Amino acid sequence: MEEDTVANAIQLFGNVSSFIRKFIFRILSVGPIPNHIAFIMDGNRRYAKKWNLDLRVGYKAGILALICMLKYCMELGLKYITIYAFSIDNFKRRPEEIQNVMDTMRDIIEGMLKEESSIVNQHGVRVYFIGNLRLLSEALRAAAEKAMNVTAKNDKAVLLVCLAYTSSNEITHAVQESCNDANRACHGGEKSEIKEEEEEEQYPIIKLVDVERQMYMAVAPDPDILIRSSGETRLSNFLLWQTTSCLLYFPKALWPELGLRHLVWAVLNFQRRHSYLEKKKKQS
Amino acid sequence: MDLEDEVKKVYRWIAKIGNLGLRVLWYILHFVVRICYFAHGTARVLESYLISCGLLKKYKDLNLRNLQYLAIVVESEEAYQTPKVIELLQWLATIGVKHVCLYDMEGVLKKSEEAILEKLSNATLFKVAGENDSLLDKEHIILEFASLTDGKEAVAKAANLLFLKYFKSGNLGGDEEEPIFTEPRVAEAIGAIGCPGPDPDLLLVYGPARCHLGFPPWRIRYTEIVHMGPLKSMKYGSLIKAIYKFTTVHQNYGT
Repeated sequence: MEEDTVANAIQLFGNVSSFIRKFIFRILSVGPIPNHIAFIMDGNRRYAKKWNLDLRVGYKAGILALICMLKYCMELGLKYITIYAFSIDNFKRRPEEIQNVMDTMRDIIEGMLKEESSIVNQHGVRVYFIGNLRLLSEALRAAAEKAMNVTAKNDKAVLLVCLAYTSSNEITHAVQESCNDANRACHGGEKSEIKEEEEEEQYPIIKLVDVERQMYMAVAPDPDILIRSSGETRLSNFLLWQTTSCLLYFPKALWPELGLRHLVWAVLNFQRRHSYLEKKKKQS
Repeated sequence: MDLEDEVKKVYRWIAKIGNLGLRVLWYILHFVVRICYFAHGTARVLESYLISCGLLKKYKDLNLRNLQYLAIVVESEEAYQTPKVIELLQWLATIGVKHVCLYDMEGVLKKSEEAILEKLSNATLFKVAGENDSLLDKEHIILEFASLTDGKEAVAKAANLLFLKYFKSGNLGGDEEEPIFTEPRVAEAIGAIGCPGPDPDLLLVYGPARCHLGFPPWRIRYTEIVHMGPLKSMKYGSLIKAIYKFTTVHQNYGT
């Protein structure tokens, strides 16, 4: 009996919280809502240390916070959400820790592969894994590619998971691919017959749009807001190319502590500066 | 039919009143946010005054060992306020900052380069100073000017440079292996084309929003970014506080 009462109370509390949250989102929706938010999920290890928890528990708390945040973003009407799951720089960590993170990633991806029951499929979310996936293990890379295929038909929202990613690696890759493309174009067909004088007139061969097309993040528009938790005020080699006119928000809360109030505050600040940021977008 | 129409009318009225109510709540919410920022701004001004007067001991002696290079991003409309920019640079020189990169999107600061260097007797351009250590004496400042064209467009130019150097020079055909570019090689090409300066340790943004406005992306990988508010209301104490906070930061670079 008591257990039923507690369960009912928890359900009631959940329903009331959900109602209040949706009401707050209705109010926010009077103003412009961002199309794309990116998150640097910093602070899982510090959270574990703060509460004397095992590191794996810290990462699990981080996943719960991520699921809540994704749910809030989708309720608010965001179309694109990007998360910085694992940086190339993180390969410098201790092997056990890297293994912990990779195991966590594998569990998440396997969850996505359960077609009917996965959260991403229930909410119509298409998933992209962004980064130099060749640096991952064969098994993880295969699982990521499978998850991308399984969710390819979803069209309600897009989740971009940056894995084995840094901006400098992305820019290098884009420069490489645009040079390779230009080389193939030069040697395939018409261009091979171009005379030297004509070739000089066509310089530059590689334009900015050619480089941008080859960016890993070319599948999504630039983010409107970038949120880094734990109070650090740097981008740590994340989306440096894409954040020209992006509002940066650095709340002090550790990632597992990040909640609705932080998202609401970020959106309110975005609305305050929306016309300015739109102007900057057009200029860039 | 009449009853149905009446019911629809009532629903429309309720929806209109509901939307109006939401709009009012939205304005109230934003008003509350403004009050919060006003209160926060007032506290910052007071704190800045106390720091400027030297009443807060911890800000007195700044250890600038980790601050080798500072970048300032200014909103282009505010960048026309050359006297304010000069005053800011004079403060930085007094504090002991040696290298500063001034950036704005539209290149307004680049156009004001001569006027700025004329007013600052202790400033030299980065491309002129080079590796000249004698200029690193007290209150001398080395300046670099950058704009949006030194960012993404510089990367595209670097791609062309690499293409001409590694693809065209060897006249690679379809069967030959394409050269592989590494990050250092791309960085070298970008340095040759765009801003040759090092990565700033700290980037101060003077403008309405915390946004780097297209500062050369290659150079802000691990840069601390601090929003200072509009240039017209810049305060010496806030500058000291931002630099002090930077000196207390510890980075683990992904480890």
